[in-house]
Amino acid sequence: MVLKYHMAIKDPILIRNAVPPDLDAIIEIDNVGPKEEKPAYWRGIFAHYGSGEKKDRIFLVAEAGGDIVGFIAGEVRAWEFGSAPCGWVFALAVAPKMRESGIAKRMFNEICRRLKGAGVTTVRTMVNRNHKVTLSFFRSQGLRTGRYIEMEREID
Amino acid sequence: MKLNKGSLFALFAVLELAGNADRQLSTTDIAGKYGISTHHLAKVMRNLVHSGLVQAVRGVGGGYRFAGNVSRTTLLDVIQIFETLESELDMPNHGNSAGEPIVAELRSITEEIDDLTKAILDTITLETALNSTRLRREAATAGRSGGVAAGGGAK
Repeated sequence: MVLKYHMAIKDPILIRNAVPPDLDAIIEIDNVGPKEEKPAYWRGIFAHYGSGEKKDRIFLVAEAGGDIVGFIAGEVRAWEFGSAPCGWVFALAVAPKMRESGIAKRMFNEICRRLKGAGVTTVRTMVNRNHKVTLSFFRSQGLRTGRYIEMEREID
Repeated sequence: MKLNKGSLFALFAVLELAGNADRQLSTTDIAGKYGISTHHLAKVMRNLVHSGLVQAVRGVGGGYRFAGNVSRTTLLDVIQIFETLESELDMPNHGNSAGEPIVAELRSITEEIDDLTKAILDTITLETALNSTRLRREAATAGRSGGVAAGGGAK
């Protein structure tokens, strides 16, 4: 059986720059990593990406009826791993009760629009291969396995 | 990766039926459209019905109808009804142990490749595959008529 948690959206969805009062809601929606480390992590992310003043650093939230229901963050990175300037999306989440209603797609479209405005024509991300829903989402947006292969090993 | 005929025919059938879940099609309809064996497809359809992805509709005008979830079912879900996608090393079995470390290393590498193959196929839903196919079809049509090819996921 497939569980669906679609919720009809009564309020219009607003995609806007994140602001400091959004941080608690963002931490609540973020379900990756240890809970106790999140406030410091997200404060750091906000300090680096959240001002909205730099075109190449983007931190957006989705707001519905006054509630934060999703967030996305990314930036332009140049010459990492020898890659030409490229947009990276490094965080994306939607509140569980609001999933499957197009919010992630709207946030992703908006960050792509802004990344393009910052001068890049490729967007890239990295997802744990066990996170099937997230991978399926990016696939549905046209992303495919890129030219770079992530490699890793345990350090003895 | 080499897909067997069963998997390929199943993907033809499932994508054709999932493209319009209200529509019923016979094996003859599907086999005719894709130029494949009706006899082989009939066997494939029985497996798809057994898996619950497809429903058999009896009676006049009967056929098959998609019964899965187009936004949740992945290509891997369909393929794994027919094969495991495990690479095989065609090793001679003559009791010589000298090649064992090499075989173990090759097995480890093929497992890495198999895991990646499965991870990719498991993230492509039928809905995404249908959308990409549609974009490809539109790009091909535009190309034939001299228009500009569409972008998006159909690369």
